[in-house]
Amino acid sequence: MIRILPLFVALLLLASPAFAGKDKVLDVKVLKSSTGVEAWLVEDHSVPVISMNFSFEGGLVFDFEDKPGVGHLVSILLDEGAEKMKSQEFQTKLSDNAISMSFTAGRDAFYGRVQTLSKNKDTAFDLLRMALNAPRFDQDAVDRMKAANVSEIQTNMGDPGWLVARTFNGMLFEGHYYSRPGFGNLDSMSTITRKDLLQFIKEQFGRNVLKVAVAGDITPDEVKATLDKIFGTLPEKAGSVELPATTPGYPGKTILLPLDAPQTYIIAGGQGLRRDDKDWHASVIMNYILGGGSFNARLMKEIREKRGLTYGVYSALTNMRSADIIQANMSASNEKVEEAVRLLKESWAEMAKDGPTADELADAKSYLTGSLLLQLTSTSDISGAMNDIQRDGLGPEYINQRNSLINAVTMSDMKRVSAKVLQADKLAIILVGKPKNMNVDILLDRPPGMDLPRNEKQ
Amino acid sequence: MQQLFRVFFTCFLCLAALPAEAKTFNAETFTLENGLQVVVIENHRAPVVTHMVWYKFGAADEKQGESGVAHFLEHLLFKGTTKVPDGQFSTTVKKMGGVDNAFTSHDYTAYYQNVPRASLPKVMEMEADRMNNLVLREEQIASEREVIIEERRQRIDNTPQAKFQEQLMSALFVNHPYSTPIIGWLHEMKELTRDEVLSYYNTWYAPNNAILVVSGDVTTAELKPLAEKYYGALAVREVPRRDRPRPAPIVAEHQIIMQDPRIGQPVTMKNYRVRHGSEAMEVLAQILGGTSTSRLYRSLVIEQKIAVEAGADYDAIAMDDTTFAVYANPAPGSNIQQVQAAIDKEIRTLIDKGVTLEELNGAKNRLEASFTYYRDSLQGPATLFGRVLASGMNIDWVENRVERIHKLTIDDINDAIDAVFQSSDLPVTGVMLPQIKPPPGKGDKGEKK
Repeated sequence: MIRILPLFVALLLLASPAFAGKDKVLDVKVLKSSTGVEAWLVEDHSVPVISMNFSFEGGLVFDFEDKPGVGHLVSILLDEGAEKMKSQEFQTKLSDNAISMSFTAGRDAFYGRVQTLSKNKDTAFDLLRMALNAPRFDQDAVDRMKAANVSEIQTNMGDPGWLVARTFNGMLFEGHYYSRPGFGNLDSMSTITRKDLLQFIKEQFGRNVLKVAVAGDITPDEVKATLDKIFGTLPEKAGSVELPATTPGYPGKTILLPLDAPQTYIIAGGQGLRRDDKDWHASVIMNYILGGGSFNARLMKEIREKRGLTYGVYSALTNMRSADIIQANMSASNEKVEEAVRLLKESWAEMAKDGPTADELADAKSYLTGSLLLQLTSTSDISGAMNDIQRDGLGPEYINQRNSLINAVTMSDMKRVSAKVLQADKLAIILVGKPKNMNVDILLDRPPGMDLPRNEKQ
Repeated sequence: MQQLFRVFFTCFLCLAALPAEAKTFNAETFTLENGLQVVVIENHRAPVVTHMVWYKFGAADEKQGESGVAHFLEHLLFKGTTKVPDGQFSTTVKKMGGVDNAFTSHDYTAYYQNVPRASLPKVMEMEADRMNNLVLREEQIASEREVIIEERRQRIDNTPQAKFQEQLMSALFVNHPYSTPIIGWLHEMKELTRDEVLSYYNTWYAPNNAILVVSGDVTTAELKPLAEKYYGALAVREVPRRDRPRPAPIVAEHQIIMQDPRIGQPVTMKNYRVRHGSEAMEVLAQILGGTSTSRLYRSLVIEQKIAVEAGADYDAIAMDDTTFAVYANPAPGSNIQQVQAAIDKEIRTLIDKGVTLEELNGAKNRLEASFTYYRDSLQGPATLFGRVLASGMNIDWVENRVERIHKLTIDDINDAIDAVFQSSDLPVTGVMLPQIKPPPGKGDKGEKK
């Protein structure tokens, strides 16, 4: 016994509690509080920090069609005073205790994130409880945050990267709630009332749509008690809404929003696969080979490395509750746009026709499986990744199974998926800039959902 | 007596909280025979490592007229060696499940890979290889030159705010290379040649001019033989001293104004050229404008409602002088002059009355906590040590920072107030304003083609 003990201690020191060894990537505990709130926990006491990520399903669907930006205003107002604490008092408490707390009104969910030193956890979680259960929405704070948001909108209206994303979402999801401008617009900022903000949280914050993930220096019992305090008194159910599915609009069309700048920003987008499609992991591999971040991805090789037409070109898959897209983003000097877009479509078509090479497939699997751990090196990485998996409707075992699902993809899967997803002639092309020699089908005079910029109104 | 007791009591607490050897990261360091300094920051949370090589050379060490060459070379180091041909560096890293990239600043050039720990020897071998054996063909130079020009267009020329920042730095650092943008001036970037690039490579890339920083699941004992094997074989090479011209005095107060139709929100900022490495100035920036409870935000945004945003900023890590910036975004209906006067009034109050103990302690808490958050990441501490060492400061400067911050007194902050705001170098004020567009002329909007 005496000889075994030191060995045992040594093993404990070597194996970090968060990473459970070779077979398991993360040791996730699923906890349920006495009021029935569930949370996933990865316990890790190596640094005195705790991260919590949570989300309420909903997001843009609870925003108001005639006055967008209500959810976004709520997200920047929750830490501006709650219960008896006014804005400055609340903010002082956060900053004196070095607590970082933020909220985001996203497309499909309302997100929250808290990071605290473990010694300040009681204060951090109590502030969060107050923010969610009893935000004040004092008039002066509402006015101040509206003014800050108007300022942000006006800055964004001159930013080509923001404009191209806004145009992409506004056009491809035209008529669907996904087309709503999340930040709102100048008109909506002048009409949204305190009542609207209260209406939004009433509909959005229901325990039936809540997912919570915690990582770091905290024990399961502490988490359970915390869950009850923060979320236990929220309404049991969120508002019920219809979530009509949609597919990306304007296939094959080129849409231009003119902007006087030396470069044009470009997004090409088309239909992707559902998250629960049996070929989804194959589409992840396909995206990596096409343009998923490597210097040797096909798009990067053709458009940047060989010809210097762009600083960077990246493709991405986005799975939403009601839509799925694949898109590629880049920017190029106005005179190079035509060639860059042509090459992008050619790369799309070539991969659709032949699929990847055997080497590409092997390299992609090797990267995607090997890099999993690199995405989980901080407590906030871990709690964020867990919250994503929860939102995808998968179990805590997914993170440990994910690599074998990637490795199981075959060349014939790849060919089938590439042919199905990469339809070059169905891509919608969104341009913001002054491109030369482009055939444009639709010319816009403003980004969809936005008022004209203030400069042009005057 | 009560006052005295309180001071004593506080100090007693701080001693208790910080044992004598209160090092934040417990980094270990050794130097190879060829002069390469190695820093190891252990973090065994996951079986991965960050491997970084930092060169003590950046854009501020370029020859006049060759702006952008340091950053251009950083791109070209991915173009291959005799052993690892074009594109194979990143391909190899990716195959091992890693990510890699590089970056350039005025004071340093750095390359990094984040990889599973088993791949550490391979990335060390490849990184050591490209310190000496770069092969560059003329056509690689030509296509990559187009890439950096597109990078400049994307990051700078497409953004009025970034173009404005370039002008501001030019005025603030007269006669000093920080006045030249890291990415280079467009007209000089277009003319960078293969010879110029190779001349920089041969001048500056040497083991005795580099720092190896590894953070993650590795011990010093494990790393040392690997460092000796891969980097120890590289020959020492004489490198020039970084003798940079000193900035000229600023004896006239500048105001730089940019008007652009794409600026939607006016901004005014007052920039002071100050010394680097001052924790007191970091605390001062916190108190004046670090959070939404700071003096500027409280006064301009909450109380007077003449601004929608206000703050202050100081970056301590630089080789030479750095910038202390104070800024505000005017609210609709208030004008730039009014906001500038309100900023000046806050600065005047600071000079006259200094800061309070409560403000000092709040700022200290936040800065100290930020180091605990740093320890929660893999690449964060490695980047911090790399920046500091490549900028000419040492390991203790990082390790003892929390302790130095902890010991700061009100007098220290008041000295910093004088050093920033009562300096003989006058500030440079920058103003960005929306420009009202003339009514669109014929064809100006672009017709459907």
